[in-house]
Amino acid sequence: MSTKKTTTQPLLDVQNLKTYFYTDDGVLTAVDGVDFQVAPRQVFGLVGESGCGKSVTSLSLMRLVDTPGKIVDGQVLLQGENLLDKTPAEMTKVRGSQISMIFQQPKSSLNPVFTIGDQIVEVFKIHETISEKDARQQAVELLRRVGIPDPERKAQAYPHELSGGQAQRVMIAMALALKPRLLIADEPTTALDATIQAQILDLMQDLRDTTDTAVILITHDLGVIAELADRVAVMYAGKIVEEGDTTALFDKPLHPYTQGLMGSIPVLGDTKERLEVIPGNVPSLINLQPGCRFASRCGARVEHNLEICTQVEPDLIEFDAGHKVRCWLYQEHAGHTPPLKAFADKKDRK
Amino acid sequence: MSAKSQTSPGRSPLIEVRNLKKYYPVRGGLLRRKVADVKAVDDVSFAIYPGETLGLVGESGCGKTTVSKTMLRLEEATAGHIFFEGEDVLAADAAGMKNLRRNMQIVFQDPYSSLDPRLPVGESIAEALVVHGIGDPQERFERVLAVLRKVGLEDYHATRYPHQFSGGQRQRIGIARALILDPKFIVLDEPVSALDVSIQAQVLNLLSDLQQELGLTYLFVAHNLAVVEHISHRVAVMYLGRVAEIAPRKALFKKPLHPYTQALMSAVPKKHPAEKKERILLTGDVPSPLNPPTGCRFHPRCPVARMGHCDVEEPQLRQLEPEHWVACHYAEDFI
Repeated sequence: MSTKKTTTQPLLDVQNLKTYFYTDDGVLTAVDGVDFQVAPRQVFGLVGESGCGKSVTSLSLMRLVDTPGKIVDGQVLLQGENLLDKTPAEMTKVRGSQISMIFQQPKSSLNPVFTIGDQIVEVFKIHETISEKDARQQAVELLRRVGIPDPERKAQAYPHELSGGQAQRVMIAMALALKPRLLIADEPTTALDATIQAQILDLMQDLRDTTDTAVILITHDLGVIAELADRVAVMYAGKIVEEGDTTALFDKPLHPYTQGLMGSIPVLGDTKERLEVIPGNVPSLINLQPGCRFASRCGARVEHNLEICTQVEPDLIEFDAGHKVRCWLYQEHAGHTPPLKAFADKKDRK
Repeated sequence: MSAKSQTSPGRSPLIEVRNLKKYYPVRGGLLRRKVADVKAVDDVSFAIYPGETLGLVGESGCGKTTVSKTMLRLEEATAGHIFFEGEDVLAADAAGMKNLRRNMQIVFQDPYSSLDPRLPVGESIAEALVVHGIGDPQERFERVLAVLRKVGLEDYHATRYPHQFSGGQRQRIGIARALILDPKFIVLDEPVSALDVSIQAQVLNLLSDLQQELGLTYLFVAHNLAVVEHISHRVAVMYLGRVAEIAPRKALFKKPLHPYTQALMSAVPKKHPAEKKERILLTGDVPSPLNPPTGCRFHPRCPVARMGHCDVEEPQLRQLEPEHWVACHYAEDFI
């Protein structure tokens, strides 16, 4: 994994993003105060289980949230410009040229009645003044770039003639056509078979190293994060609960949820009798209880007998350099001394 | 190859699949004549011993689900034999099959579509008892409650409807429904792949507990290698309708002898960003089972295939190490 330095101005700065769904049963706080920054050329992973808000976060960045969902607060600054202030027409220009997106089901994202060549050419024509011939040539070049064999011929193919892996390659080609600053990849390999997933991960690693596009990688699979991401945020029930450089997060997961997640995954070549289990289920995001959203499933809360967890919501604090966590194990509060002190205070910790 | 030679001496299998074939006709033309066969399962043999879990792993279209369905005769096999405690399942008549199904059950992948939305789950679970004429309503109700507790649910869940449950709970209900007849053998067809990882761990642990407590035998069908490694005692790897390799878990994962198994394992994403992983990248996609490659079906994607041999002669399963069977002409090179 390459570690790109993040000293430069962030490309994307998401501040206090809140996206709620106004359902018949009440207000569902799908994304509830999410902050993160993505540096230029960085691969930023967003990981979590179903319903944690990772996909709604990405749709909010693209302003693609449908009713009854609504972005109710926050800022999405792309190179300093707030995307949430843009008119729909301005936003259409941003999509594709500055931010593009690939989805889990590549086949359902392609138009079945046009050839894939036509669909890539269309991307150029919408956003650029370009001749048909040049556009077609560039489309073929892109297909070659993403590893489609015999690209001249394949440009004439219709989506149903492609395998799942090829369709995802075509989606990646389309997404990169206009050299966007940011690519949002929402579960790009989840629907693919293992050997095909490996091919797509390999392609994405290659693109990460050879293009200037930053990536927000959304996945439920920590293995995909380990393969690709420079930095990672773990989401739970609409909030980021931990964020850090990928190596740091895998070396020393701080949040009990992250720890539980890592322990609950069977790892190839590392068999154990029983998997660790996070008891219970993700809470309903309508009518949430006060306090930490993970409290009801948290073993550490019980172990340390912490009452504050069910009363006050912890903040996302920087616990170690660049490594943030939202948990009362680490944060001080009036009348609450955290059981685990910051790394800076204790030299004996690595 | 004689399929029987794959059974190990001294142990008698609970289930033995012998030369199983399942072809789906492809019809075309004006008269809808049969023009070809999709050979979803093409000469598959294996045995499962009492109390063990056999993992069946492979990518989409390899035939693993077709194998599991033909074993319970949810699909009728084209040829072959399936022996359950010595009795040929494929030759059983309707009454015989009904009897056999008391001992052979299945849990499906999608817990959302495999439960009747209009029945309280207690009734869904009790249905098998009704079909087999077991107990009176009161006894059935008590058996339902007992099995619900066994899978980690509560008594009051019996009167609820499927939509009131989460995915993990629904899969527990699916398991309860399979357990209600006290079967000896359960096919688990991708039982955790629709679940979130934290819920997946709960269900995997439950399956292990139930196996120990009730002495169950499992066929665990899945595409996720790490999950299969975790739960299985022995593992069979399928590719395009055939078994490529079958071995005890430790042997298979420590030293896979088939190039396809090796590639499949190297395709699993790494567990830590610092891990160095040599990846065997296979070129191309899985070919269509409608028109499988000649010779070894894996040869067009195989990094070690030798033309003139692998594309001509189909390799048979050979035992190269104790209980370790592999269908590759050059598997000795990997020992």
